[in-house]
Amino acid sequence: MPEKHEDLLRRRAFWSGTVTFGLVSVPVALLPGNRARKVSLQMLAPDGTPLERRYVCPAEDRFVSREEIVRGYEVEKGSFVVVSDEELESLAPERSREIDLQRFVPREQISPFFFDRSYLLVPTGDTRKPYRLLAETMERTGRAGVATFVMRSREYLVAILAEEGILRAVTLRFREEIRSPDEAGLPETEAVSDADLSAMEEAIQEATVREIDEKDLADADADRILALVEKKMQSGRDVIPLPESAEEEEEETGKVIDLMEVLKRSMEEEGSSAESAGGKAGRKPDLSSRTKKELYEQARRLDIPGRSDMDKDELVRAIQERG
Amino acid sequence: MAARAIWKGNLTFGSVSVPVKFYAAVEDRTVHFRLLHEKDRAPVARQMVHPGTGEPVPREVMRRGYVDEERGTVVLLDERELEDLEPNAGREVSVRGFLDAGRIGPAWYDRPYYLGPDGNARAYRALAEALEKSGKEGFCRWTMRRKTYIGALRAENGLLEMITLRFAAEVIDASRLPRPEGRELSRQERDMARQLVGTLAGDFDPEAYRDEYRERVLELIRTKARGGRVRLKKPEERKAEVIPLSDALKQSIQQAEKGKKEKRVA
Repeated sequence: MPEKHEDLLRRRAFWSGTVTFGLVSVPVALLPGNRARKVSLQMLAPDGTPLERRYVCPAEDRFVSREEIVRGYEVEKGSFVVVSDEELESLAPERSREIDLQRFVPREQISPFFFDRSYLLVPTGDTRKPYRLLAETMERTGRAGVATFVMRSREYLVAILAEEGILRAVTLRFREEIRSPDEAGLPETEAVSDADLSAMEEAIQEATVREIDEKDLADADADRILALVEKKMQSGRDVIPLPESAEEEEEETGKVIDLMEVLKRSMEEEGSSAESAGGKAGRKPDLSSRTKKELYEQARRLDIPGRSDMDKDELVRAIQERG
Repeated sequence: MAARAIWKGNLTFGSVSVPVKFYAAVEDRTVHFRLLHEKDRAPVARQMVHPGTGEPVPREVMRRGYVDEERGTVVLLDERELEDLEPNAGREVSVRGFLDAGRIGPAWYDRPYYLGPDGNARAYRALAEALEKSGKEGFCRWTMRRKTYIGALRAENGLLEMITLRFAAEVIDASRLPRPEGRELSRQERDMARQLVGTLAGDFDPEAYRDEYRERVLELIRTKARGGRVRLKKPEERKAEVIPLSDALKQSIQQAEKGKKEKRVA
């Protein structure tokens, strides 16, 4: 039986809740706006089996399981303060289900220097009206909403932007994460001569284009690797069946969910998702409210490399990026 | 302490060539934890293990490959083959073309770098000033440390910046999605929404926001390091009230205006 749309949405959503401006609530779910890179190569045993990362305790000289591991912060050389997941979670301000747009700023004032990750907001309520109204108003006024909100027990600064009727959320870097440009070592200024300036302006004008050539947007490095992979597949050289120990429990993740399809359906039908991702809590919650162990299990099934080193956020991100 | 440049290259287009140094503009401010064995608090080491035999596999005999789960195959790729596929190294940062700022959507931007002059400061300054005046961004492509990059060249306050961009396959194209449709919005709703956004209008002030969560994590660590006790708080769920759209708009505008008046009085 095909999975119901709202279940799909719930599985893929990073966060669900409401975007508010004034007293107006716009129920939404946050879906990834980016995908992982095309090729990630894996480390293999001499017989071609994908390797697994394990942890060794140097004191006892044995493997230790995930459950025996805690997280510590090194306060002095060799001396750690142990911090639990529960403690970190309790630091998140109220686990709000709200992105409260308290300020609308001219869009061009937010330099892309601040842009970190991007998400698409899809409407989830009974009606698309508040969503459409917010998108249209922001587009017409050329403004973006700015807010802080909590996702996966962390606080984010976020800008909500509208493009052609669709809302996008972009997390912004905090000012403190951006270095001062003084460190780039600019030489003392001497004014640019008019002649130099106009020559440069002309050169820029001449090199101005209307569109970026699509070929220039392609990941050529990944494409070359994939072409070699394909060539080897055709000839059968260096191709081995995936060893069984590496393929486990395929049932649940066998279904590859097409993110684009989830997005399209979310934008389309009005009133089709009365019981939507933002609404009923409880069954099949979104990823952010799963335990780390559940996330780790899913990451293992998806065979996400480096999963054992990931914290909860990174696991969520990696799972989402399998779009 | 002056920052060290991470790379040097030449910005080139037409007959222009401007030598620049790249400096990381973002600082990692994440609080980093080590993984410890709970019992003895020893930092654990990582080891790559064969999942079938449970035996560690030494680095010298490891191989690399492309795992295709759908087809159930592994394609082995050796280091020599991969090296042959690497892009040609060079110092050229090719500016493929200039575009009006705003043409590149927010989902494309990845990591920012400051560019400093690497000799020929005159050309650097002329480019920075001319680019800033033009309000354009240069779309660039180059090879840095054996990898191909694309980026947006920008100028701000006399300084050149490069923000690397994501490749097309990594960006979800919102223009391919249908616009959410529904009943026509009424003129009144539109006007009120616009008025409401107007009452909340302001300038973007990045200084106004701080990563308070990070500060709380560090505070927690300090408290525990002193042997202090930490009280666990349950995260609370807040439920947003649902008010019909037109009422919500009306009430919001009233509230905002009342707020303004009060401010003026005070």
